[in-house]
Amino acid sequence: MPRPAIRVENLGKQYKIGLREDAQRNFGEALIHALGSPLRRLRALGEKSDGRDLFWALRDISFELQPGEVLGIIGHNGAGKSTLLKILSRITEPTTGRAEMRGSVRSLLEVGTGFHPELTGRENIYLNGAILGMKRSEINAHFDEIVAFAEIDRFLDTPVKRYSSGMYVRLAFAVAAHLQPEILIVDEVLAVGDVAFQKKCLGTMQNVATSGRTVLFVSHNLAAISQICTRAILLDAGRTVFDGPPAETVRRYLGQEQSTAARATFAIEPELSMQVTSVALESTDGRPIDGVDFTQRCVLNVGYAIREWKPGAYVCVAVSGESGVHVLWSSDVQRADELTAPRAPGTYEARIEIPDNVLAPGRYHASVAIFAPNSQRAYDFRERPIGFEVRDNESMLKRFGIKFPAVTAIPLNWSTRHVAPVVPDKRVDLSTPPTATVSAEPVGGAD
Amino acid sequence: MKLDANSGFIADADAGSLPPAVSTVTVIQPQRGWRAVDARELWLYHELLFFLIWRDIKVRYKQTVIGAAWAILQPVCTMVIFSVIFGSFAKIPSDGVPYPVFVYAGLLPWLFFANAVSQSSQSLVAQSQLLTKVYFPRLFIPASSIGVGLVDFSLSFCVYLGLMVWFAHLPGLSVLLLPGLLFLTVLTALGVGIFLASITVTYRDFRIVVPFMVQVWMYLSPVVYSVTIVPEQYRWIMALNPMTGIIGGFRSALLNQPVDWNALGISTIISSTLLIIGVANFRRTERRFADIV
Repeated sequence: MPRPAIRVENLGKQYKIGLREDAQRNFGEALIHALGSPLRRLRALGEKSDGRDLFWALRDISFELQPGEVLGIIGHNGAGKSTLLKILSRITEPTTGRAEMRGSVRSLLEVGTGFHPELTGRENIYLNGAILGMKRSEINAHFDEIVAFAEIDRFLDTPVKRYSSGMYVRLAFAVAAHLQPEILIVDEVLAVGDVAFQKKCLGTMQNVATSGRTVLFVSHNLAAISQICTRAILLDAGRTVFDGPPAETVRRYLGQEQSTAARATFAIEPELSMQVTSVALESTDGRPIDGVDFTQRCVLNVGYAIREWKPGAYVCVAVSGESGVHVLWSSDVQRADELTAPRAPGTYEARIEIPDNVLAPGRYHASVAIFAPNSQRAYDFRERPIGFEVRDNESMLKRFGIKFPAVTAIPLNWSTRHVAPVVPDKRVDLSTPPTATVSAEPVGGAD
Repeated sequence: MKLDANSGFIADADAGSLPPAVSTVTVIQPQRGWRAVDARELWLYHELLFFLIWRDIKVRYKQTVIGAAWAILQPVCTMVIFSVIFGSFAKIPSDGVPYPVFVYAGLLPWLFFANAVSQSSQSLVAQSQLLTKVYFPRLFIPASSIGVGLVDFSLSFCVYLGLMVWFAHLPGLSVLLLPGLLFLTVLTALGVGIFLASITVTYRDFRIVVPFMVQVWMYLSPVVYSVTIVPEQYRWIMALNPMTGIIGGFRSALLNQPVDWNALGISTIISSTLLIIGVANFRRTERRFADIV
């Protein structure tokens, strides 16, 4: 058994609530504070166990990671994911516990840390590389690859402040993608850039993951977690709630969400030009339902409001399964030339019919968004506000208590015919074309 | 490593080649109290120090229309104004040296010191982005911001060479002291800068305090006047200011005057003490930087 690459024991991080204000108080107050501190200390002796203004961002985290393992970390905002990565990256110190890491560690908590807008692409590659911990010789060796990966060769000597945001992010990620440590710590880097770029990042991550490096990876992209990681932990309120196979962790995370109801309505937010107002699961005749048999059709009812139409916007829904992977995706604009057709302000209701025999029995979540094709962010994005059950009512498997083993339940046509009543009783290699010996067997003996 | 243009995957064996065998073990745990400087780590990251200095120099001289001229204009303008006001109007004695040369010889170390201290005391707050996102020895941030000052210093030193020729006031052998004096100035600037940088993170009012402090400090240092005009019995108080010995040293080296070894010795001791206190305080508080910056 090799020694673990990372060993974390009872790691905890405590913050004093209001520490920020406290720390940035002005010097005069600090002086008065310091003068009064003997008094306060005396008083504090009596009320030491109070702890009301203390807050554990992370508590009793322990795990071991073998070399080559890829650990995903998931949890809601504020669960302590970033704090954990910051401690392991040595940016902040833990309050309790201990962590031990064997091998070179590099962390990527943000894309483009230390980029200077006045410097050119070339200069920033060196600067950013050095900040991420690369040696000059390493950067030299990878320079051409970085430029090729970022696709910026024409703008190499242009200050990055003139770059488009896409170019900027590509360049920054390209540098980071060439880090070659033994242990890599990555925080939510896949959330930036356009779809094509995200795909590229995911590809790189996958490559890093399979190259034998030990990786710690925080992401809200559950599909990526399921795909890349060999193990995942679920954090909630600073504690480890679950540690196990990624699929199971993702399932628990989704189960933990409030979105168990099959309908949701959202508060009106006047600052949004377009917003989703409700999502609900309905039967085809419009009754609200919590689940549906997999042999039945059902309808996603999406309400949205348009205050100001933005050209090119479209509404889309996605249905994701237990692993977080999107099983279905659909938008209300089918063809590219329909994208610019304007819509009058007002409220809308869209009914999206999900055909029968498509979703396999299991638990699903639906997400709704209003997007524009060229924009990097959504006008409105409601991630998994509702969840619903697709029930197995009559499949053969159900009778034997077996879970449906696929993501979709599209019935496939089987046409089976009886070829011959006899089976060869000798071992025959059927992958090679029939030879004289085979055809000499009494296959056609039934005639 | 080749790129597969279609998928964007890095597609070949190179990605699979692992870095050399495990050598380092990083231990992370809460630490209390004072910590020594980790020299091994500073060495490990030394390239980054040069990159940070290089960045500041690049940025400083980029996009400024007359570029390097700024580094010359500041001391030259200051010298002209001081010469008119303190030299001609107030007739402050200058040890028998033409006042412009006298004041410029003092401005050389002073302006370097003042700029370095202002820059490095703001450096941590200005680069909080780095503090909260990536680990490297934090000492490099205030230390690197002194680098630009060194370039400015060499430029303004060239001007001094011109002044020297113009006023036909050549230095003697003591000019050989200059590298040592410059080193002592850097040491003092590092000590004060590092100390103020760590305090500025916690108490933001130091952003306002520091410029004022530097201004007062200038008049407490013999920049526009000579120590010789200070009554004998108060000179020891002057000497507690490390810049007194340093500026005096610069004048001795450049203007061919006798070197006051006592003052230089006191400066060296105080500068070293300041540096030790500055670094110690920095190391003690740096673990909280990312949380409070």
